[in-house]
Amino acid sequence: MADAYTRFVRSTPGAMIAKRTGLPRPARLLRREDRPEPVLGPVVVLGDSAGADQVAQLLLSWGADVRRRFEELRRVGSVVVVLDEVDAPDQLGPVLLPLAGAMRTLAPGARVVAVSRPATGQDPGRDATRGGIEGFTRSLAHEMRSGGTANGILAADGVALDAPGVIGALRFLLSARSAFVTGQFLEVTTAAGTLTEDSAQPLAGRTALVTGAARGIGAAIARTLAADGAHLVVLDVPAAGTELSRLANELRAVPIQLDVTSDGAGERLVQFLREHSLTLDVLVLNAGITRDKLFANMTPDRWDPVIGVNITSQITLTNALIDAGDVLGAQPRVVSLASTSGIAGNRGQTNYATSKAGVMAFVDALSSRLAEQGGTANAVAPGFIETEMTARMPAINREVARRVNSLQQGGLPVDVAEAIGFLSSAEAGGIQGQTLRVCGQNIVGR
Amino acid sequence: MSESHPAAPATTSAAPTTPGAPAARELPREALVLGGNRIPFARAGGPYAGISNQDLLTAALDGLVARFGLQGEKLGEIAGGAVLKLAADLNLTRESALGTPLDPRTPAIDMGRACATGLESVVHVSNRIQLGQIDSAIACGVDSASDSPIEVTPRLRRTLHRAFAAKTPVQRLKALAGIRPGDLAPMPPRNSEPRTGLSMGEHMALTAAQWGVSREAQDELALASHRNLAAAYEAGFLDDLVTGYRGLGKDQNLRADSSMEKLASLKPVFGVKSPQVAEPTMTAGNSTPLSDGASAVLMGSADWAAEHGLTPLARVVDARISAVDFVHGEEGLLMAPAYAVPELLDANGMTLQDVDLYEIHEAFASTVLATLAAWESEEFCREKLGRSAPLGSIDRSRLNVAGSSLAAGHPFAATGGRIVATLAKLLHQRALETGRPQRGLISVCAAAGQGSVALLESVTP
Repeated sequence: MADAYTRFVRSTPGAMIAKRTGLPRPARLLRREDRPEPVLGPVVVLGDSAGADQVAQLLLSWGADVRRRFEELRRVGSVVVVLDEVDAPDQLGPVLLPLAGAMRTLAPGARVVAVSRPATGQDPGRDATRGGIEGFTRSLAHEMRSGGTANGILAADGVALDAPGVIGALRFLLSARSAFVTGQFLEVTTAAGTLTEDSAQPLAGRTALVTGAARGIGAAIARTLAADGAHLVVLDVPAAGTELSRLANELRAVPIQLDVTSDGAGERLVQFLREHSLTLDVLVLNAGITRDKLFANMTPDRWDPVIGVNITSQITLTNALIDAGDVLGAQPRVVSLASTSGIAGNRGQTNYATSKAGVMAFVDALSSRLAEQGGTANAVAPGFIETEMTARMPAINREVARRVNSLQQGGLPVDVAEAIGFLSSAEAGGIQGQTLRVCGQNIVGR
Repeated sequence: MSESHPAAPATTSAAPTTPGAPAARELPREALVLGGNRIPFARAGGPYAGISNQDLLTAALDGLVARFGLQGEKLGEIAGGAVLKLAADLNLTRESALGTPLDPRTPAIDMGRACATGLESVVHVSNRIQLGQIDSAIACGVDSASDSPIEVTPRLRRTLHRAFAAKTPVQRLKALAGIRPGDLAPMPPRNSEPRTGLSMGEHMALTAAQWGVSREAQDELALASHRNLAAAYEAGFLDDLVTGYRGLGKDQNLRADSSMEKLASLKPVFGVKSPQVAEPTMTAGNSTPLSDGASAVLMGSADWAAEHGLTPLARVVDARISAVDFVHGEEGLLMAPAYAVPELLDANGMTLQDVDLYEIHEAFASTVLATLAAWESEEFCREKLGRSAPLGSIDRSRLNVAGSSLAAGHPFAATGGRIVATLAKLLHQRALETGRPQRGLISVCAAAGQGSVALLESVTP
């Protein structure tokens, strides 16, 4: 699966040359099948708040080898830094600095997760402290080696550290499912959500619809959600019908051929779901296209379809599903596909970035609308992912795009799928209206 | 076979009769059409060029399995075939089925009756279901005019067989030395009737001239076919009948924007050199093009359907086959259904006008029109059918209402499955709308002067 350059620098002569010349040497990232255990141990919990004790107890209950200090550890798998009660910048050093001495003992694929609270604009000193944690974590992510990642969880004031959203986020960020997520923060705004009974099958008993499912990232999402226990409904345009059927056969999913931009697509979808007695717990709005061109050369035939598929269809489909009243489950999860291009902008992608920036604002507003019924809406913003689409990029652009992130490689469709799987789970209930980047900490944007 | 079936007024326990309903035969149980799937039909040399019959048929079956959740299911039988079949495709249907997620212990049979292969496959499995031999089945068909067999000359074939059988290298060389340059020319499939040397279009041109079928009437029928199929797509009627393949989402031949003016501008292609045809009328617009495609129909008993949570659409009531002597010029090549339909209607105590929907395969627009003209003709019905009165005319608004071969295309063996699945769904829908059982007639003409016809009736809960 690795690209040609990565294969080269992993060879013995390639590694020597790269080391001497300082070329990037991307590590092999461990995914779920490489590392199925929930936490890479031993795990050290830093911090001395009550919340830190809660987190340590939680990790113990997962069967992890939990320590409260680095002494006598020659190798460390994971570190959870609990900073929920700090309110002055000088309190950060005593908690964080022990980690400095332990950085060289971190195992390949190690996880560092900071658990803190978001700035609220009420107390300048406390906000400065809280804001500082973000800068620390993002910088640490750049310094992590051998596929290690550093991320943060921001639990809103009043949300206990054993709330479902915090536990879910911790579970995701400590696991191999977040292999390509680094330098990111997940904000848990409420204590909503339900803990999953079986963490190996977090979507058991839930029904998920994935649009654009026939190929690429969409197919990976469908496979991952199915592996997480979900019953799948897979949707794509009629022209991709046979690929869709084959995926449906593989996953025992229900296929539906529908052009999401066609007139009445939402009503047709609702009718289909009713005819098949299906209630959706999860809606993954993945269908998307690119028609890249510099804005100077932009024409309606390149602008309109991108806007139509990538954002307008998401609005019409969700409106139709919500308005129908009987096709969404009790706590629906909507996860939409954004893009790092929508965050930072990208030359030659004004149309695409418009649509994807629109998606991020859309899920924020949609989550408010769904909140009454316990629903959430979030987005995932992939960076450079190895797909058929990126394989068609010019070779040099593609090579540069792969290296400009902390992990020095492109992500895989499954990395995006795992993030969606997490945001689709019942325990992600406290996470609303956010966009989670799956980009290996691409240097553009936050 | 029809003589042995008297027009029995008997009823079955499963189907309470309504006045004027077909008198069902006394059989153990009903054979139900549960749904269908096909890939969009493509023009020969189009997007499916270079794809084998087996791949096309596997795609159609995969889509059916996905739509009805049949993964791992062991069915009673899969019957199907292709008209243009490679010698290597000995067990085409079975090999195609093995490529799907169906239980590999599902048996399959290859069938063949030229263009009626698809319909015959439906009749075959419905007979088995009715007799209680099997509970479930798929009837299917495929054809690729783009990948039709090309054979070697008989002389080369015999020489190669001698060489393969040779016991010594010298004998082998000797055999191979007998090959002449002329032997090496491949033999493309014949597009003509072996006994007359005339292509199907040329045959039909003679029949059309004989029945005085006008160019305008043919173009009108072709236009209706395109408009009806386009409207069916527009209404989403084909959403659960067609699964896209190779980037094709709908039938490639469909011209939603066709018009009488455009059709009138086309030059005649058949009958242009025939002295018996004074004014050729058959064009590329009112004749079906060579096509690639595959279709499949899911069938089962009432119990099997209930166990699998499937809604039956229609039952196969009865079927007939006939053949005509076209070799000696006594009848047109494609006129056999004109004989089979009256036989079928009589056997079921029905008149032509008792039928709610007609599906007459549009091999050519003139085929449909000549058949209708024959049934309206007192002379034909008296002299050829031995009837005291003509069958009469039909309500043309009930003919091929969701389009037919002129618009969709006609991958020979795939056409029967397309028609049966479409008609079954139409009958079911109309029965729900009207609250009355609906009956549909299917007529398919075939090469070598044959014709297969069948009667379906709606099933409503």
